[in-house]
Amino acid sequence: MTRIAAILLALTLALPAAAVQPDEVLPDPVLEERARDISGGLRCIVCRNESIDESNAELARDLRLLVRERLVAGDTDAQVVSYVVNRYGEYVLLRPPMTGSTIALWLAAPVLLLLGLGLSVAYVRRRSRAEAPTEAALSDEEAERLKEILRG
Amino acid sequence: MIVELGHFALILAFMVAIFQMVVPLIGAHQNRPGWMAVAEPAATTQFLLTAFSFVALTYAFVTSDFSLNLVVANSHTAKPMIYKISGVWGNHEGSLLLWVLILTLFGACAAWFGQNLPPTLKARVLAVQSSVSVAFFAFILFTSNPFTRLAVPPFDGQDLNPLLQDPGLAFHPPFLYLGYVGLSMAFSFAVAALIEGRVDAAWGRWVRPWTLAAWVFLTIGIGLGSWWAYYELGWGGFWFWDPVENASFMPWLISVALLHSAIVVEKREALKSWTILLAILAFGFSLIGTFIVRSGVLTSVHAFANDPERGVYILAILALFMGGSLLLFAFRAGSMEAKGIFSTVSRESGLVLNNLLLAVSTFVVFIGTIWPLIAEMFFDRTLSVGPPFFDAAFTPFVFAAAVALPIGAMLPWKRAGLARPVRALLPALILALACGLLAWAMYTGKTVLAPIGVGLSVWLIAGAAVDIWSRTGRGGLGQRLGRLTRLPRADWGKSIAHSGVGITMFGVVTLTGYQMEDIRVAQIGAPYEVGAYEIELLGVDENVRGPNYFTTMATVAVREAETGRLIAEVRPERRIYPVARMPTTEAGINNGFTRDVYVTLGDPQGAGGWAVRTWIKPFANWIWGGTIIMAIGGIFSLSDRRYRVAAGAGKSRDTQPEAVPAE
Repeated sequence: MTRIAAILLALTLALPAAAVQPDEVLPDPVLEERARDISGGLRCIVCRNESIDESNAELARDLRLLVRERLVAGDTDAQVVSYVVNRYGEYVLLRPPMTGSTIALWLAAPVLLLLGLGLSVAYVRRRSRAEAPTEAALSDEEAERLKEILRG
Repeated sequence: MIVELGHFALILAFMVAIFQMVVPLIGAHQNRPGWMAVAEPAATTQFLLTAFSFVALTYAFVTSDFSLNLVVANSHTAKPMIYKISGVWGNHEGSLLLWVLILTLFGACAAWFGQNLPPTLKARVLAVQSSVSVAFFAFILFTSNPFTRLAVPPFDGQDLNPLLQDPGLAFHPPFLYLGYVGLSMAFSFAVAALIEGRVDAAWGRWVRPWTLAAWVFLTIGIGLGSWWAYYELGWGGFWFWDPVENASFMPWLISVALLHSAIVVEKREALKSWTILLAILAFGFSLIGTFIVRSGVLTSVHAFANDPERGVYILAILALFMGGSLLLFAFRAGSMEAKGIFSTVSRESGLVLNNLLLAVSTFVVFIGTIWPLIAEMFFDRTLSVGPPFFDAAFTPFVFAAAVALPIGAMLPWKRAGLARPVRALLPALILALACGLLAWAMYTGKTVLAPIGVGLSVWLIAGAAVDIWSRTGRGGLGQRLGRLTRLPRADWGKSIAHSGVGITMFGVVTLTGYQMEDIRVAQIGAPYEVGAYEIELLGVDENVRGPNYFTTMATVAVREAETGRLIAEVRPERRIYPVARMPTTEAGINNGFTRDVYVTLGDPQGAGGWAVRTWIKPFANWIWGGTIIMAIGGIFSLSDRRYRVAAGAGKSRDTQPEAVPAE
């Protein structure tokens, strides 16, 4: 009984649809290539961290079809992207746009690199000019211990 | 009964940890040898108790004891034995228990193998290590107790997440944890040194093997995770810049920086306070990683670990340890005067550059990972930071590091000229350029990144070979070959690990730049060509029964297109796990040295045939091959004679009592 139930359950569960389906592929390879590029940069908003190009979700498929529709209608890549962004918000962009506060995100690394470079150069120059260290004399205990070691 | 004993052992371990945190610290402060000496048996006891507790939980899983809440939620009688065992850590509570088990194991190792540490330093290290265990024992016992019983046990369990029922993922968490937690040793050494107020060459020598071991485990753990994603998630991606992946990548990057800066401390007594800071940060990133995974604050594919409330607790642990240690650092760092002097062109400066690039690239990963959070909290923007950002922001650092690495690795300490290493590396440079140009000629894509990447990876591999060869000095070929076998293991480790970096990089750039993809409706018995291969769907068996799943399995022939010779039959599958109510895909992969043929099965089509996706992925295995080689390099370094004899260097400090008192 449980076995039959398990089989029934298995049959009713939706099988995962593998990302891009054959019926979605555009006949024009150049357009298709552009579609793939664009969808690789758009987030599947019901998924966890996947682009619509990789996702198996139904919504991702709808978006993939939408992107291809717009491309066939003659939109440029930028127009397609802004069409999707207008509908779903900038959350769909996997590459955050360089506007407003996000500029800080993009500039953070270069600024830190320059800062670090400055500090490193200063450090290296200081080290190269530093005086030779005067070897600290052994403390009494250390001298004692050394003697012990040499004896032993 | 055994379960109760396990629970009890865990509580006892908690008590021992509190004892070990307090008594040796006071002992070291007031110089009471007896108080310091208790740290050692305490660490051993703590480990044994935790190990017993872990064994008890494993026993409950193996015997499918469904009176235990955790076993019900994560196991099933029909599950294969290996996944019953891996199910112990395939969940929040169990994985934390594994976390502290490893933590106490490292603590015990420090007690067992640290005979040559000065007693005050050893007492402090073990006390600090134990303070970390206290925090995590409390976390487990008060918020995530794995030993919670059910009043009414069900007949069967709910099964483990099917994605986790896989050999690659079964051993991914233990390795990752060995790495994460291994970095706690570096942390403990750093904090203990800050309390002592003394960092010297010997300290660098003690801290390096721990970091190296942690790094080896992290490398293997990350490699396993990436390999799993490649064959399991169904389209052959190997790295997704997912928050949880980044969480393991950040400690990895920092530990690489730490490994290299600790060399400078050990050999040249410079970069001391920086190295201490790195040691603190490395463990800090491990805690951040644990926080990200356990709290689910940043949504990702690893959501099986989500639980915001517990996240707050880990955040508190993180704030306490990082805040405390960084404060201590701020007070004490000034007292670490550097001794070594070096000129602008030297091994030391090369390693400073290495550390700069690694630190900034870690920061890139960090800020990209948490930016969605920052944007939402402070700027009221909901946005995503995905792979395109990381690719653009991270790649320049990899390329810059790759350009500098072979040269920096060959520079002598103290004072060097660029002319000699460059002359020695000339053949490597020519080879790299030639390979880069060849790759460029074969490339039909849009960017030049792939050919540059190919050139750089050849530069890395050839550079590592030149490096080790140059260590053999002058003389005849036979003589030099003879010397090659007698070189210190650390030298071998360095060259092996560096070449591993090049090999992984080669795999990554060729796979991303040159892979071929084919999507189509395949009819059974109708072959078609993809690149140099002929693919034929031979048949599809539906509803085949596995131990705890049903599967739809296709048989696909892969042949050479020119000759028609059969290379392999691969079997892509689509499974359904009825208990967990989850589908998974299993790709059919024909692995090869120069390429993988990767086939996945899609839906049956209305007009007959099946959707089939085929990829030719050049040099895919090099990605993980390189990772393994890096780890092997680490193991070589770890086995160097120096670490086995080195301990004696610490002896001379044994009797030095007036260490700087702790505040």
